[in-house]
Amino acid sequence: MDFLTIIQVLDSTVRLATPLLLACLAGLYSERAGIFDIGLEGKMLMAAFFSAAVAAVSGSVWLGLLAGIGSSLVLSGLHGLASITFRGNQLISGVAINFLAAGMTVLIAQDWFKQGGRTPSLFAGGRFEPIEFPFAEAVSGVPILGPVYSELLSGHSILVYIAFLAVPGTWWVLYRTRFGLRLRAVGENPAAVDTAGVSVVGLRYAAVAICGVLCGIAGAYLATALQAGFVKDMTAGRGFIALAALIFAKWRPWQAMWACLLFGLLQAVALRFQNIDLGGVVIPVQVMDALPYILTVVILAGFVGKAIPPRAGGEPYVKER
Amino acid sequence: MTLMKSLMGAAASLALTAGAALAEPALIFDLGGKFDKSFNEAAHNGASRWAEETGGKYREIELQSEAQREQALRRFAEAGANPVITMGFGMADPLSAVAPDYPDTKFVAVDVTWLDAPNLRQIGFAEHEGSYLVGMMAAMASESGTVGFIGGMDIPLIRHFGCGYAQGAKAVNPDVNIVANMTGTTPSAWNDPVKGSELTKAQIAQGADVIYAAAGGTGVGVLQTAADEGILSIGVDSNQNHLHPGKVLTSMLKRVDVAVYEAMKAGTDVETGVFTMGLAEEGVGVAMDDNNASLVSDDMKGAVEKARQDIIDGKTSVVSYYENDSCPAVSF
Repeated sequence: MDFLTIIQVLDSTVRLATPLLLACLAGLYSERAGIFDIGLEGKMLMAAFFSAAVAAVSGSVWLGLLAGIGSSLVLSGLHGLASITFRGNQLISGVAINFLAAGMTVLIAQDWFKQGGRTPSLFAGGRFEPIEFPFAEAVSGVPILGPVYSELLSGHSILVYIAFLAVPGTWWVLYRTRFGLRLRAVGENPAAVDTAGVSVVGLRYAAVAICGVLCGIAGAYLATALQAGFVKDMTAGRGFIALAALIFAKWRPWQAMWACLLFGLLQAVALRFQNIDLGGVVIPVQVMDALPYILTVVILAGFVGKAIPPRAGGEPYVKER
Repeated sequence: MTLMKSLMGAAASLALTAGAALAEPALIFDLGGKFDKSFNEAAHNGASRWAEETGGKYREIELQSEAQREQALRRFAEAGANPVITMGFGMADPLSAVAPDYPDTKFVAVDVTWLDAPNLRQIGFAEHEGSYLVGMMAAMASESGTVGFIGGMDIPLIRHFGCGYAQGAKAVNPDVNIVANMTGTTPSAWNDPVKGSELTKAQIAQGADVIYAAAGGTGVGVLQTAADEGILSIGVDSNQNHLHPGKVLTSMLKRVDVAVYEAMKAGTDVETGVFTMGLAEEGVGVAMDDNNASLVSDDMKGAVEKARQDIIDGKTSVVSYYENDSCPAVSF
């Protein structure tokens, strides 16, 4: 395996990890505030559809992004309504969102575009184009650092950079602001937050809304940056891998980024090398595909430290009986 | 939800029309969905053509999960639909369970050829022959000497496609390098264009400049990325040349539409048995139209036409992957 191949695999890793990372951070906000969210998949799917649909109709990818975020926020609001206001079961609400998104996207797409549950292909202007860094062409000849700069760092769409900037941003918000402290507290011990005179419901809604925005960006990235349009079920389980990454990272932002990059790398390697021959032992591609889930089970089983979810996670907050 | 509605609707209309003797044909789409721009869409086109020409009506269902296969078959058979047309190899087991229970109903199975039932019409396609022809075109169009193949779910049928393709490419250029990838091992591999794109990029990095996608909805991503990156792609099942005019070299046509149309036209008198539609029967072929006219040279046309005739006459034989579960030209 030569250096250029490694660069290409890492480049592919960044592309594949970006939607995972956005969804993973989305889940992080929500779950840190005590709202389990297995509806990440559904929100991404809905956002993917609306971003592609609006971008196709309006010709503006930014309007598409806004529409994707908006649609994802609507689903977030639904989840919030069911699990915060009406104190319903958060897992069931999440499953419902996944089903709702899977069905509604195809239904609306068929009604609007009559192309069998897909949106028309997007052309220039309707898609996020790769951003070339300054001097990327010029330095590509420099050994080692040249390709790293021009291939690996440069040439992604703006959403990729947003996703990776969201990691330190999330860290800062969670650990260095008053809002973050309260957000984490509300996931551990909402009664204490309530006693301090802070609205538990308000904080949880805020967390769910941030989750909606990030899922919206993730969906828009899939449909308008990686692809040129929406196809039925195009998230293909990425929301669930993001959840696995979240557990793997033990609900912490920097670790979430490394977990998503690891899972992205596993996918990229699996795509690039179908069957890996390690000195006579052939690892079939299926093992690579299953590895994220296997790793998560290993983590959950407590082999590598203990993964303790936010203590109040999954519990609706009841002020008084 | 919508499925439930249509099932309930079907049940309700069954109750209303019980006793009506006229049998309607029924069509069961595979998991890829009716509008996959490929295999199932071809069936849909055949059925709509029949409906337009005869003014007849047919029932249809898009399967959403494996569990619905047998259920859908039984429902249609119970409802008196005849013939019941199924799409895809996945219907083989449900068919062998259901067909004997309804001896008066004719079943038509597309992509199934190995069952034994008196009321079953099984239609196979010689996909390896059609793929052989597009493989030849790929090798002729390739400047780098490397061509790619991206399959959907890793099943023998898709390897069958890839194997014919590789043989065709090798026939033109014995030194050609063939990069073959499968998208996955679960049905979601039929609908993952993002993965299709990444595979395409990986193959381009390995030098491929013509890529054949036999991957259902995943192929949409392959064709898109190939067009974005300025290389050629080859579509499958339906004519996909129009998706990116001037960027899709050709499409391997699998005339599922003809098979479905003819079965519907024959109605309850449809002939049972095992049928294979190859080049000779025009069951498979290559798509030539205005969208790819500029890409196909006269040399290519001539070579493909000659190979087609040779295969029909038996002068050239294309090895089928099914024969010994391995491929002489490429390893997967």
